Amino acid sequence: MAEFGPTVLRVVRAVLGPADADDAWSETFLAALRAYPQLPAGANVEAWLVTIAHRKAVDVTRAAARHAVPVADPPETGAEADLPDLDLVAAVAALPPKQRQAVAYHYLTGLPYAEIAEILGGSADAARRAAADGIAALRRTIGANR
Amino acid sequence: MNDLLDAFPVEESDVDRLRGRLAAAAEAEGILDVAYRTVDTPVGPLLLAATEQGLVRVAYPNQGHDAVLQALADRISPRVLHAPARLDPVARQLDDYFAGRRRRFDVPLDWRLSTGFRSTVLHHLATDVDYGRTASYAALAALAGNPRAVRAVGTACATNPLPVVVPCHRVVRSDGANGYYAGGVEAKRTLLDLEAA
Repeated sequence: MAEFGPTVLRVVRAVLGPADADDAWSETFLAALRAYPQLPAGANVEAWLVTIAHRKAVDVTRAAARHAVPVADPPETGAEADLPDLDLVAAVAALPPKQRQAVAYHYLTGLPYAEIAEILGGSADAARRAAADGIAALRRTIGANR
Repeated sequence: MNDLLDAFPVEESDVDRLRGRLAAAAEAEGILDVAYRTVDTPVGPLLLAATEQGLVRVAYPNQGHDAVLQALADRISPRVLHAPARLDPVARQLDDYFAGRRRRFDVPLDWRLSTGFRSTVLHHLATDVDYGRTASYAALAALAGNPRAVRAVGTACATNPLPVVVPCHRVVRSDGANGYYAGGVEAKRTLLDLEAA
């Protein structure tokens, strides 16, 4: 399970943004530890962790919508030092949730669309379409800014 | 869209910090079944693992730390986390031992990884063969109540889940040669020299 720590952090950062990612990561792994003894042998641990992370992220988003307190300052990304592509980060954040989730789960973990469909609900084709639409939108945004 | 991976970089330090938090939360909730860490010693980095009952495994680098952790996950519980705090007392005692300031280990042991006659042998080894002394495989077989089980004593030592702390390095061949050791012959010589000094 430990080996997927970085991947899950990357996914929750992409889906939630950096401010809520740490808590979502911690809650994901605590929930996974609680449930681990019930996980069937041979299960895809990565897909299972991303499923839990997805649910935690949905919880966090819902709670944030309920409490909708305006934030004075934009959250620290803490990532400037590594010079990531901030345009791309902003473009991912601007995607509709389902596209953002499909893009993150497929392109940041390599999970197949059949697994992603299990996580998001709907068919593998729908998951593939959401990811393709998301990537097309990212290309448009990045292209427009350069 | 390979840029996506670069757009969300993950620093090792961030993951370490989160793992530390997770270990503390899991310990508080009572769901940290196996805590582990490594310590640097004159015989190489040793892997230490403890259940809530006590120290359950010490492993040499040549035994493959990843393989040992996988075996712990399979045999004890998949809830295995890097959580140094639980191992702090034994890590300190190992430091003292290798510095020549300690002759006995005083930490709770979880013996679940050795059973039957092997467990009997290791218990005798832990209590009857003191620092600085050695015993032959035959002598240890006699101590364990079965003088003819010399080969079984060899197996017990070879499969000792708690080397260094349960001192299988003090078991040597009757002809005076050091004999086999799970951590390698070099490690065995280092420990015997340390204790002879």
